[in-house]
Amino acid sequence: MSWDTAFAISILPELLGGLWLTIQITIAGMVIALVLGLVVAIVRRLAIPIVSPIFGFYVHFVRGTPLLVQAYLAFFALPAYGIAFSPLVTGIAVIGINYSAYTAEVYRAGVEDVPRGQWEAATALSMPQALTWTRVVLPQALRAVVPMLGNYLVQMFKDSAVLFAITVFELMGRVQAIGSSTYRYLEPVTIAGLLYLIVSLVSSLLIRTLERHLALNRI
Amino acid sequence: MPSIESDVAATAARSVQPDPSVMISFRGVTKSWGSNHVLRSLDFDVQAGEKVCIIGPSGSGKTTILRILMTLETPNEGAVIVGGSRLWDVKPGDKPKLTRESRDARRSVGMVFQSFNLFPHMTALENVMEAPVRVLGLAKPEARERAEGLLAQVGLAQHLQHRPAQLSGGQQQRVAIARAMAMRPKVMLFDEPTSALDPELIGEVLGVIREMATSADMTMLMVTHEMRFAEEISDRVVMFDKGVVVESGPPQQIFHEPGHERTRKFLGAVLGH
Repeated sequence: MSWDTAFAISILPELLGGLWLTIQITIAGMVIALVLGLVVAIVRRLAIPIVSPIFGFYVHFVRGTPLLVQAYLAFFALPAYGIAFSPLVTGIAVIGINYSAYTAEVYRAGVEDVPRGQWEAATALSMPQALTWTRVVLPQALRAVVPMLGNYLVQMFKDSAVLFAITVFELMGRVQAIGSSTYRYLEPVTIAGLLYLIVSLVSSLLIRTLERHLALNRI
Repeated sequence: MPSIESDVAATAARSVQPDPSVMISFRGVTKSWGSNHVLRSLDFDVQAGEKVCIIGPSGSGKTTILRILMTLETPNEGAVIVGGSRLWDVKPGDKPKLTRESRDARRSVGMVFQSFNLFPHMTALENVMEAPVRVLGLAKPEARERAEGLLAQVGLAQHLQHRPAQLSGGQQQRVAIARAMAMRPKVMLFDEPTSALDPELIGEVLGVIREMATSADMTMLMVTHEMRFAEEISDRVVMFDKGVVVESGPPQQIFHEPGHERTRKFLGAVLGH
């Protein structure tokens, strides 16, 4: 089987449609992961009896099972208990929740890296807990973890390919559909690989720019 | 001859009717980490407006006194009164807890740290304005005016928009002093404010503190290794070692006619004679 340019061009619009869906899934999933992860990290840090350990278990459970298993559970097992959503919504929720366990750990590292003196200065100025978090700790912690969160964004973009297993027709789902109806895999897989690569590289560049912009010692 | 009972009664009476001329009062304050006893039933008063320097060997618990006053450490036992309000009141066997009264008492205390602890993501001006705006609820123009005035007072009128990373250690410490002053505390704590500074920058920070000591009626409590400075600015010097006050008196007396062998030894070691 050799490369067929005409065929490649004919499937390009279909694949670009899949790429667009992949990007939308990634953005929606990342919003969930960023918000939920932050909540998990803060609750764990506050050391609230019962609640914090539950969030700790959540992180270990999610990190300890494969994304594919979680997607299957959500898509094939949960409907039996009356919890059923469309493949797309399920896919976004699964990938967002999966990554929240990782972002929670990133936030935790960022918060732990804020020197103790910063908390003490806030206490010495009689700043209440909530103000200390929002005005002193998080602005510093978040700046520090932007590169790591950026890496997870790119990784999520690639990992979303797993969702074709629960019939989400994102980029990889379309590759699979084209392949099984035309018996040609070379062109769709190659194009998909290139599209993943281009978007990943561009995102990495954007993240590095953002990182430089947020650096504290920039003069 | 005073009996034990009347002593107890006198102490009780004192704690019920606080003497308004006393700003800070430690009563039986104990602090230890495991077998390391940092404060041993400390009784210690500071008068309103008094400038007190605490000297003594490292690890003797000097800094712990300041940190308990700032609620950065909890005493294992004992009471601490600031301006008539109970900052700490820990009975034997109790878990130390911050109450509403403690938080109110804490408002009248400010602290300058050895390592400055400025907020690195804010400019000098923002560092000084932050707490007055967010904690005291001052309007921004008013807080800005107050902050600019204080930064000018510490000689940094030209550096309002600079971030800590763009300032020298001496400048950072002066911003930190302005930041603490912006809350108008009745008590200012200085925890070795020049120990982290290069020698050539120490003078500018001591200059600012000296001016505060002579112009403000603020109560000042400072832990320092700058003996000549301590002698110059303080009303009273407290020699502290192994969790207890060894002796306390006017600077001339402590530095020139110390009554205790431990003080003599310590001064001999740090002053090199």
